[in-house]
Amino acid sequence: MLSEDKTTPIVAVNLWYHVGSANERPGRTGFAHLFEHMLFQGSEHVEANEHFELVQRAGGTLNGSTWLERTNYFETVPSNQLALALWLEADRMGALLPAMTQKKLDTQRDVVKNERRWSVDNQPYGTCWEKLQELAYPESHPFHHSLIGSMEDLSEASLDDIAQFFRTYYTPDNAVLSIAGDFDRDEARMLVEKYFGPIPAGTGIPPLVNIDLPAKFGSPRRNVVEDDVSLPRVYMAFRSPVFGSDEYYAASVTAAIMGMRRGSRLYRSLVRERQTAADATAFTFDLAKGADIFVIDVTARPEISAERLEEEVTREVELLRAEGASQSEVERAVVLIQTDIITAMQTASERADRLSMFATLLGDPELINEQASRYAAVTTKRVNRFIHDRLGPDNRATLVYVPRSQGAA
Amino acid sequence: MTRPAAGPSRDYHFPKFEIRSLSNGLRLIVAPVHKLPVVTVLAVVDATAVSEPAGKEGVAELTAKALREGTTEIDGAHLTLEFEKLGTSLEAGADWDSTVASMTVIRDKIEPAFALFATVLTSPAFRDDDIERLRAERLAERLQVIDEPRGLADEAFSRFVYSDSSRFAEPMSGSTRSVGGITRDDVAAFYDNHYSPAGTTLIMVGDLTADDAEQIVRDALASWSGNGSMAVVAADAAARSSRAVQIVSKPEAAQSELRLGHVGVPRTHPDYFAIVVMNAVLGGLFSSRINLNLREAHGYTYGASSYYDWRRQAGPFVVSTAVQSEVTAEAIAEVLKEIDRMRSEEIGEDELTLATNYLEGVFPIRYETTAAIASALANMVIFELPETYYDTYRSNIGAVTTSDVLTAAKSHVQPESLQIVVVGNPSVLEGPITALDAGPLTLRDPADA
Repeated sequence: MLSEDKTTPIVAVNLWYHVGSANERPGRTGFAHLFEHMLFQGSEHVEANEHFELVQRAGGTLNGSTWLERTNYFETVPSNQLALALWLEADRMGALLPAMTQKKLDTQRDVVKNERRWSVDNQPYGTCWEKLQELAYPESHPFHHSLIGSMEDLSEASLDDIAQFFRTYYTPDNAVLSIAGDFDRDEARMLVEKYFGPIPAGTGIPPLVNIDLPAKFGSPRRNVVEDDVSLPRVYMAFRSPVFGSDEYYAASVTAAIMGMRRGSRLYRSLVRERQTAADATAFTFDLAKGADIFVIDVTARPEISAERLEEEVTREVELLRAEGASQSEVERAVVLIQTDIITAMQTASERADRLSMFATLLGDPELINEQASRYAAVTTKRVNRFIHDRLGPDNRATLVYVPRSQGAA
Repeated sequence: MTRPAAGPSRDYHFPKFEIRSLSNGLRLIVAPVHKLPVVTVLAVVDATAVSEPAGKEGVAELTAKALREGTTEIDGAHLTLEFEKLGTSLEAGADWDSTVASMTVIRDKIEPAFALFATVLTSPAFRDDDIERLRAERLAERLQVIDEPRGLADEAFSRFVYSDSSRFAEPMSGSTRSVGGITRDDVAAFYDNHYSPAGTTLIMVGDLTADDAEQIVRDALASWSGNGSMAVVAADAAARSSRAVQIVSKPEAAQSELRLGHVGVPRTHPDYFAIVVMNAVLGGLFSSRINLNLREAHGYTYGASSYYDWRRQAGPFVVSTAVQSEVTAEAIAEVLKEIDRMRSEEIGEDELTLATNYLEGVFPIRYETTAAIASALANMVIFELPETYYDTYRSNIGAVTTSDVLTAAKSHVQPESLQIVVVGNPSVLEGPITALDAGPLTLRDPADA
């Protein structure tokens, strides 16, 4: 996808591979993310650590990230360095394996284990993402297991796994390339054809199994986790419509009504009026297959027990179901979301990433231009239908964090 | 396969801006940017954490947050909704050298949004209930600090580096003790003493002209009056000049959070550009010496970096990383080695150009949004940088030589003054760190930090 804007002499290059933790085989949790690290270790014509240096030396920023459904790689460079950025992406898409060594794998394995320690194990509530996934998705489901992976599984990853994963998933037909910013369309097309053209297509991606799910959990589920925290926290999750579906927009608006910023229901009620929460938000994971999850995230004030906090959250949800959202709440949510959409479009890398996202997850990059109007089209009726259908007790998964040695709430 | 060369480069200029003032002393800086129909409004107020009365550390931050809790006309809940109906929210926070209040709004809502913004600046109510609640929220945050190893390490480090009587030894938002003692009257007094048109610069960036902006500001703020005080406390005295090491005990820690450093230099130091380039090579870039050593060569960490925390008075120089507990002593030794190497010989020309090319090339990428441009202009105000600062930034960076970098390392990184703080498991750490003999070692409890 090409999106020109010649205001600033910079260009963003963005590549989405349609592979993520969901594609990992049993015993290899965390592999897609470890693999992402390996992508920065060089390729046939790029030395170890040279990738980062080349982009930074060119005056650019770069990174990558792994999620359940996709892995993305992105860089923003001065516009006269477009060819370098494309060449680097093509070299590692076409010829990664010659540069892969046991030593690099062992080092990145250690780096990732430290990343796990830093972002999960050594952080209060750090295990929340993996625990939420565990609770909200059945064991056989591709979204069930941890994105960053377990230490044990990381230890098992081998060079053979790297080779297999690369050949299966890192192919041009499983990737979407977006370019946004200051570039010439014809030149860009020529460069893309030159660098990526010779890379052979893959042989097809194994389909995700057991991906479909019923619209609701069916019965409430709970998990209580002791952690090194001073304040209890409640995550209440609901199975919700997949990203991009009609109903998704109603869910997204509901999350904003419930927990976006300080004018939201949860903030006004729990933080401001009742003062039982230190903070409160709501959000969706934005998964495009199977089922999404809508999550409420509330942390207690010091005097409030986990039990009381859970009651408070449940009360707010029931209140919303009983009263329904009002038109002015829906309007507030929509205008906040639309402003965010517009301000986000200021950066080339954000535009490029969203183009890749709409192309990969929903098969249509043009959808980027429709988002503001899709939100504008969300009616109070649709919001209340979502609230009624999906926020009931038959669709709640509650994850509670309690301070250690307090026992179960 | 040869890698592609760069094409001809295109010029980039930091957005042009105009500076105007009102007769009440209020300054206005406007940078028209017509890319998208977006405007960022940012007020820089001379209400700083280093101008707080003794014993009331944290009142600057509390006052900034209290601005959002309502005016004499309208209470906090309604004020919040009024902003949000316009698609925006007011952010406000204090820092060492300023208070900043800002919002980003779609162009067609700027007039009503600014009217609200102006009343927040001129007529905050500071209701007892709201102050009470904000204080309780702040105290809840303090409770959580001991659970969170990164923040805990940062705080313990500041406390260790700066002398007890220095403002920089305390967290910017205050300690549990100082915040617990802040009253509504303290907030009102701080506001009266520090919020005034003469002490405020309004920055507006986005889809409007300087004349539009001036009109909007005049309509709302021409009648604002008052003067603020400029009193500032001494903030940056070091606790000691010799090396010392501290372990903050967290037996359950899954990893060590490590900080090494000492008192740095004020933002306006003449060696600023040489220090920035030196730091990029030492620990500022991904390909820096410290990161490549600790992460890529040894696999000790997910990331290691160094930085100078720029403030009007001397903020700290810090090397910061989280490492596997068992290799903490090794990691410290490697950092010390890199510091020594940096100070003993000039960096290579390649290393220099990596840093300078990066800093020059990335410059336009930093200023894509109205918020980023407004923030840059705020820094210009806060540190009293010349109006040409952003026009000359890249050439100033480009002028730094390998010899300048060596001089900067020798002058501004002092191995014998390094303070080392580790938050982690003492039973794993104590032996190896003692064996390092890096300085006299003390142990402390996180609750004391």
